[in-house]
Amino acid sequence: MDLAAVVVIQVLYGIASLVIVSAGLAVIFGMMKVINLAHGEFVMLGAYATLGAIKVGINLWVAIFIVAPVVVGLIGVVLERLVIRRLYGRMVDTMLATWGLSLLLVGIVTSVFGNTTAGISTPLGSFSIGAYSVAVYTLLIIAVAIVLGLALRAVLLNTQLGLIARGTMQNPAMADALGISPSLVYMITFAVGAALSGLAGGLLAPLTGVVPTMGGAFIAKAFITVIGGGPAILAGLIGASTFFGAINQIAAFVSTPVIGEVALLFAAIVMLRLLPQGITGRFFKGSL
Amino acid sequence: MARFATSWKSAAVCIAIGVLTLIFLPTFIDDFTLIEVTIYLVMAILAMSLGFIWGFGGILCFGQAAFFGLGAYTYAITVVNLGDSTLPFLLSIAVPALFAALLGYVIFYGRLSDVYMGVITLTVTLILFNLVNSTAGPAWKIGNAPLGGFNGIPAIPPLNWPGNTEQTITPRGMFNLSLGLVILVYAGLRALIASPVGHVVVAIKENEQRAQLLGYDVRVYKLFVFTLGGGIAGLAGCLFANWGSFTSPTIFGLAQSAQIIIWVIVGGLGTLVGPVVGCMLIQWLTSQIGTQQTFNSNLVLGAILVLFVLLVPKGLVPSIGSLLGRIGSRRPRPQERPGVATHEMLAEEKQA
Repeated sequence: MDLAAVVVIQVLYGIASLVIVSAGLAVIFGMMKVINLAHGEFVMLGAYATLGAIKVGINLWVAIFIVAPVVVGLIGVVLERLVIRRLYGRMVDTMLATWGLSLLLVGIVTSVFGNTTAGISTPLGSFSIGAYSVAVYTLLIIAVAIVLGLALRAVLLNTQLGLIARGTMQNPAMADALGISPSLVYMITFAVGAALSGLAGGLLAPLTGVVPTMGGAFIAKAFITVIGGGPAILAGLIGASTFFGAINQIAAFVSTPVIGEVALLFAAIVMLRLLPQGITGRFFKGSL
Repeated sequence: MARFATSWKSAAVCIAIGVLTLIFLPTFIDDFTLIEVTIYLVMAILAMSLGFIWGFGGILCFGQAAFFGLGAYTYAITVVNLGDSTLPFLLSIAVPALFAALLGYVIFYGRLSDVYMGVITLTVTLILFNLVNSTAGPAWKIGNAPLGGFNGIPAIPPLNWPGNTEQTITPRGMFNLSLGLVILVYAGLRALIASPVGHVVVAIKENEQRAQLLGYDVRVYKLFVFTLGGGIAGLAGCLFANWGSFTSPTIFGLAQSAQIIIWVIVGGLGTLVGPVVGCMLIQWLTSQIGTQQTFNSNLVLGAILVLFVLLVPKGLVPSIGSLLGRIGSRRPRPQERPGVATHEMLAEEKQA
């Protein structure tokens, strides 16, 4: 019984961490159809921002929830203005340019901070279920994922900003004619996506080692989740996270974490063969 | 110039340069430099494999390193088990080709678009990296060959004359073999591209729907191109395992895949010489960066990739080519399309 509870928490945690890691990418890819291969590095920058903020004495929670998203959001704005803006509509070129950015960011961070692993100890301690102990931080991750999902939905559906963003993505020329600058909307959307990636980095910093190359670990998972999700941003994100997260954690529980990762990637390939349009290309059509 | 790029003259010039290098270069330089040059040549084969499937087949593969690594590992494992290197050499081409065929079947027969293609190839590379990386320890071995996990496989026996395991390849022989294979692969691919099959392949790249409406089974052609590319990358992997007598999981890594793409982008998409030139330049540059401490190589490579995508999207060889063409002839030429080998040019070539 205790074991079952722990396994359920671990599976939920796996799903939640996928949601958190992929949210930024889902916004950027889902809204703008820009394949951001530097996504993993945005996560990495978020982790470094958190680490740096803690070093100068800022409270851990402020560092995770405010400093990391703001810093990475700003970096996103700069990169969008300098590079991405010139490549809208050229999907393959954007992929290549953002891959270049990803290498560039790894290079810069390595030059500045060195190629060493830094860590933040996991806050909040742990509690026990029977003979097992579970970190409270795990529960926090699950809670943040739920809040994140709800907030995304609320912003996209119920606010002026969400309406403008969705409208611009659907028909930029019409939005332009109605007096909205698509360029500005793209910039803000990209910044929001980057900020979400930064938040993911901040949240994950206490769980994983902070190294310049840590982004590589997230990029594939995030991509599979977003692509596997299909055209509907939010339903796809949650559907694919649930599917892949559960497979990952169960396979990892039965064998080793490496096999868990491999099972996730393998499931993704099989799923894309069966559902080339992603989960929401077949099911939940028309949802957000 | 564009006409020159697709004509037999350019192929003849390139092959002649290759053969002259093969004959005369070893007399000018010492063995140490020759070994350095050899690795450039091995990588040039890898660069051509992506240059072919991407530039002519229109298939952007983010996981070309997977086939390269698979070739290296296949050779290493089978040669340790068998002793004689003839079969391992052939297997190191066949296994990656088969793997590419399998992967290509999933992708092309599932009618997955470019984006999915990129993600799947990336994913497969990561799967292989994770799997091979975790096989450290004596429990993981195939036959007599321990897989070594992140430590890699050291002391791989070199190639030998078929049937005679005593007579192994020398560094100079390795250079000759590598350059010979570069020339062979180049000539073979050029011949293929100029053949009717090659014309269909290029046509599919230019306009997939139109080719389909003309009655060509697009999937078969793409699968063929992808499989061939996988086999060539495997060949490069086999040579790589020979060159350093060592292979490790890092050759499956994202960094390796990124490098191959950068070679092709820098050299020029839609040519076969371009990837080779890009490969040589970038490798030379990375080895130069390695000797100083100010910049790290990721930073420089990333910057190069971004700048080329933004400013020189056609790559060096086609850009220089069209520049020379403009100087050479005053006549205004029709605006070139980004891919060099378009239908019209192939038609022009026939008329000429």
